Amino acid sequence: MEIVQQIINGISLGSIYALIALGYTMVYGIIKLINFAHGDVFMVGAFVGFYSITVMGLSFFPALLLAMIICAIFGVLIERIAYKPLRNATRIAALITAIGVSLFIEYGTIYVRGAQPEAYPAGVLPSKSFEILGVTINSQSILILGVSVALMIILQFIVHKTKTGKAMRAVSYDAEAARLMGINVDNTISATFAIGSALAGAAGVIFGIYYVKIEPLMGIIPGLKAFVAAVLGGIGIIPGAMVGGLVLGVVESLVSAVGYSLWRDGVAFVVLILILIFRPSGLFGKNIREKV
Amino acid sequence: MKKRKVAGIFLSLMLSAGMMAGCGGAKDTGSAGSGGQGASGDTIKIGANLELSGGTASYGQSAGQGIDLAVEEINKNGGINGKKLEVVKVDNKSDPAESTNAAIKLTSQEKVTAIIGPATSGAVLAESDIATDSKTVVITPSGTNTQITVGEDGKVKDYMFRTCFIDPFQGTVAANFASKELKVSNAAIFADNASDYAKGLAAAFEKTFTGNGGKIVAKEAYVAKDTDFRATLTRIKAANPDFIFIPGYYEEVGLIIKQAREMGIQAPLMGGDGWDSPTLVELAGKDALNNAYTIAHYASDDPDPKIKDFVKAFEAKYSGKSPNGFNALGYDSVYFLADGLKRAGDLEPVKIKDALAQTKDLPLVSGKFTVDEQHNPIKAATILKYENGTQKFAAKINP
Repeated sequence: MEIVQQIINGISLGSIYALIALGYTMVYGIIKLINFAHGDVFMVGAFVGFYSITVMGLSFFPALLLAMIICAIFGVLIERIAYKPLRNATRIAALITAIGVSLFIEYGTIYVRGAQPEAYPAGVLPSKSFEILGVTINSQSILILGVSVALMIILQFIVHKTKTGKAMRAVSYDAEAARLMGINVDNTISATFAIGSALAGAAGVIFGIYYVKIEPLMGIIPGLKAFVAAVLGGIGIIPGAMVGGLVLGVVESLVSAVGYSLWRDGVAFVVLILILIFRPSGLFGKNIREKV
Repeated sequence: MKKRKVAGIFLSLMLSAGMMAGCGGAKDTGSAGSGGQGASGDTIKIGANLELSGGTASYGQSAGQGIDLAVEEINKNGGINGKKLEVVKVDNKSDPAESTNAAIKLTSQEKVTAIIGPATSGAVLAESDIATDSKTVVITPSGTNTQITVGEDGKVKDYMFRTCFIDPFQGTVAANFASKELKVSNAAIFADNASDYAKGLAAAFEKTFTGNGGKIVAKEAYVAKDTDFRATLTRIKAANPDFIFIPGYYEEVGLIIKQAREMGIQAPLMGGDGWDSPTLVELAGKDALNNAYTIAHYASDDPDPKIKDFVKAFEAKYSGKSPNGFNALGYDSVYFLADGLKRAGDLEPVKIKDALAQTKDLPLVSGKFTVDEQHNPIKAATILKYENGTQKFAAKINP
């Protein structure tokens, strides 16, 4: 039964990676930019959630919603201020800017509130453990998995059934042609940043509730892992990011399960190297051509 | 093309040579502090190299509060041999490299007579060479690693002292408490693999516990900054231990305790003084901490009158805040130093270190204090039990 327990541990972890990876993959799909500041939007979301719960006294869902809205605005601001002026610059210039934005957000947060960690208050969500066939499942992990899956379904709906989604797909396929067809490319790119950042904000709140501890540099490692997840699934492909996140979470849990917990982070990056060598387009990279 | 390559190599060589020269320069200014000791006029300058921000800021800030209180009291009672104490605080950001910089600043720019701090072992080790080179006495309030006072070659470092007991002692106390008081026969160890502190405790615990006839059924490790311990805890749970020893710092330990209890691990949990922070209670939650023990330098509900006076003075200065172990050790460090300075007579570094090394039966808040030949104090340890999120005095274990 230990193995089932480990897989459940991995899925909980993986669903958070997946939520962050979605933002990476969407932004890459549309402007071919690895937005390294994405992990820090995740951190900002965690702090917005924390302050809205502790200071404003909101419960879980309003806090989640508020974090998503603020992160969406924050994401659009980052895009408008830092990336838009570089739209026609080289890709390496945009990439370096992204790293700069990331450091700016991290140390800006430390400047504003200090580097000390903060603990999410207990009791925001009921925490109850129950055992099924020797496997202990916490009610929080079920709810978190449920929220993650629900957000992913909403995202699929937005991308495939709405006009904005259609515009996003068109811009990602060919920005010039989309512009000729009368699509407002700038607004579409902003919408992509808004949606991706909102998902990262949601991931931040979920992370805070599940793992309790949040701090200004908390976005770095999950951000990098989510990047690995996005590449694993095939960067630019939405279902790929979901599957990539879950696979990475389960792989990490299984590495710990066989007693190599200290190798866990290393293995995540070995996965990245292997994927880049043997299947650079990712697990989902071949058949699905629709990219957002 | 070729020319450019050669030029590139030349440039990079120049660059690295420049950097090396820069490093050498920094070192020179570091040791230039030697001899420049002493105080100007009627004050004695004491440096405090502390974790005022960063991951272990809670320790450094607490020690700083204790230091401030002690200095205030000493100055109010006429200072040391007629001279007032003056504290210069420098933040090392909980980072060993920054701790080295802070020590350089204190010894070469501020020219302090002695340094108190940092609070964590790694950061103290990072300043020890600079302090020794510049002949500045260092007293760490809470750095428990053995190598702080004794080098890898087995030689005692002349200028390094500490106010707390050492790592192996904490591990030994925990093992004796587990096998003699709780009477458990098998235990698991879950230690921070990235910290010398946790590894030292784990090794001593294992040695004493197996020496007492117990069995270690699982030995797992984590790395600082991890947030997900469920996979490893699942392995520990499968080994079914009666007792789990978790040496580490509060940031990770808080999460480990929470996740362990969520997974249905009910065994008693125990750790060292790295647990001692209110953040631990926030992270783990009050309920999860029931049936958990920690080793402390002192307990604020200890009935000893000396401790009662300290608690009263501390609460008066910090608006009712009850002092924790790091507060007490910071406070004691100043009195330990003050006692040494008094007996040394003047501010000659050699005399100060000799006076400190000869400290005997000095009554301090964290116990009656004697320095042994390895510059470690000999004193009692206190076991605390968590009840509803607060620490209660459980037992006192003598060396």
